[in-house]
Amino acid sequence: MKDDENAVNAYMIRLELIDEPGELLRSLRPISENGANLLSIFHERGSVTPRGHIPVEVDLEATESQYEAIVADLQNGGINVIQAGEERYSESLVCVLSGHIVDTDLSDTLSQIQDGSNATVTDLSLSAPQGTRNTSSARLRLAVEEGGVSETLETIRGIADAKDLHLIEPLTRGEL
Amino acid sequence: MRLAIVGAGVVGRAVAELAVDRGHEVVAVADSSSAVVADGTDGRDAGVDPDAVVARKAKRGIVGNDEPADALAADYDALVEATPTTLGDAEPGFSHVRTALERDRHAVLANKGPVAERFGDLRSLVDDSDGEIRFEATVGGAMPVLSTIADHGPAHVTAVRGVLNGTANFILSRMAAEGLDYEHVLAEAQDLGVAEADPSFDVDGTDAALKCVILANVLSFGAADDPADAREFTLDDADIEGIRNVAGSALDLASEDGLTVRLIGEVGDDSARVAPRLVKRDSPLSVSGTTNAVRIETASAGTLTVSGRGAGGPETASAVLMDLNRLP
Repeated sequence: MKDDENAVNAYMIRLELIDEPGELLRSLRPISENGANLLSIFHERGSVTPRGHIPVEVDLEATESQYEAIVADLQNGGINVIQAGEERYSESLVCVLSGHIVDTDLSDTLSQIQDGSNATVTDLSLSAPQGTRNTSSARLRLAVEEGGVSETLETIRGIADAKDLHLIEPLTRGEL
Repeated sequence: MRLAIVGAGVVGRAVAELAVDRGHEVVAVADSSSAVVADGTDGRDAGVDPDAVVARKAKRGIVGNDEPADALAADYDALVEATPTTLGDAEPGFSHVRTALERDRHAVLANKGPVAERFGDLRSLVDDSDGEIRFEATVGGAMPVLSTIADHGPAHVTAVRGVLNGTANFILSRMAAEGLDYEHVLAEAQDLGVAEADPSFDVDGTDAALKCVILANVLSFGAADDPADAREFTLDDADIEGIRNVAGSALDLASEDGLTVRLIGEVGDDSARVAPRLVKRDSPLSVSGTTNAVRIETASAGTLTVSGRGAGGPETASAVLMDLNRLP
């Protein structure tokens, strides 16, 4: 049992960093602080996401508990973890919710999605051109366990129905 | 080929004009209250003169001095059914087609009603007739969607997804491009004549859903060894959501992520569904304006994409002419 706990595995973590000085260093600190071994960093500065973020891929060696602590520290530090691990979160899903996003407790909506499916919300954008009292929209990006897209969408559909939000689903099958 | 054209609206008239141009003979034209059946006195040796029909319709509101039933009884090889789409019992279009088939004549439909709402009944009539039916014009206007499926074999088509309504696509693509709200763009579309005064058939997804139902029937009956085992679809079997609730802010957020929203009809897995969906901005389905686009997913030929004009008189008539060429 003790052997398993101390077994070292290779993990990959994909991040999206804000284009500000010190962000890369800040994103790597949890790795050393948790005693993991950094294998490689792929940091393509020229390539930016549509929102101006910089994608970074980090390979590391760690025990499972070290790895989990690293991901938690990154998320608590406000760093966008797009994908983590090998098997978990292998599929990505985008959807848009419209309606009274804020008045229907956005935070509760996100918690319900994560609690009701094998998915984690990795990114959130909000647009409320007329203020949050009027119709606003939220774009959610979720990392979903392999094969869990249909189930996750089913969960979100139910939550949207209950909160009277309009859900726009992605065209997931075939090519988006 | 000798044709009887039932329905003298934009499509019926365009079929009459194109058919004569392409060497067919129009022996009868009918609208809901009148008809003209060729008797050699219509300014030509034989056949109905389409220009004379259009002139009479404009001037006197009738296509000729005969009764609609006379057109159905005329001596034609193929009946072109181009009356407006009706739901439920799909009448009077269904009876027009039945009359042709019972007389062992072919029928080509531009009217979606009979193929969407009574596909099984039509199949039974075809089984008992020497005539055949074709209905390319009912799905995607000028685009060769049904003929592509027929060529590959419905059993080898795994799914069909596409933009099947030009009005809804015009509205969504204008909303995305200009950052305007639904109501604003709808009013603009109505001014341009792209949307009807009552746009519900288009913006609520009904029109796209009828096309999906037709596709679902074609795939279901085409793949079944015995038609009795095939699942028949009607509009009630489709899961339909329109575009009225698509917020401008939703399109903005989609755009920031390289995506956009299109009203997509989806057929496959024994289901038919229409809903606004997120698609990549560079997807073949992310067409602009009133253009339609359809992706046909096949078992062995990969995915085929067809795009083009999904509505309009000459465009829809072209599909009818294609069907006529494919009749035996």
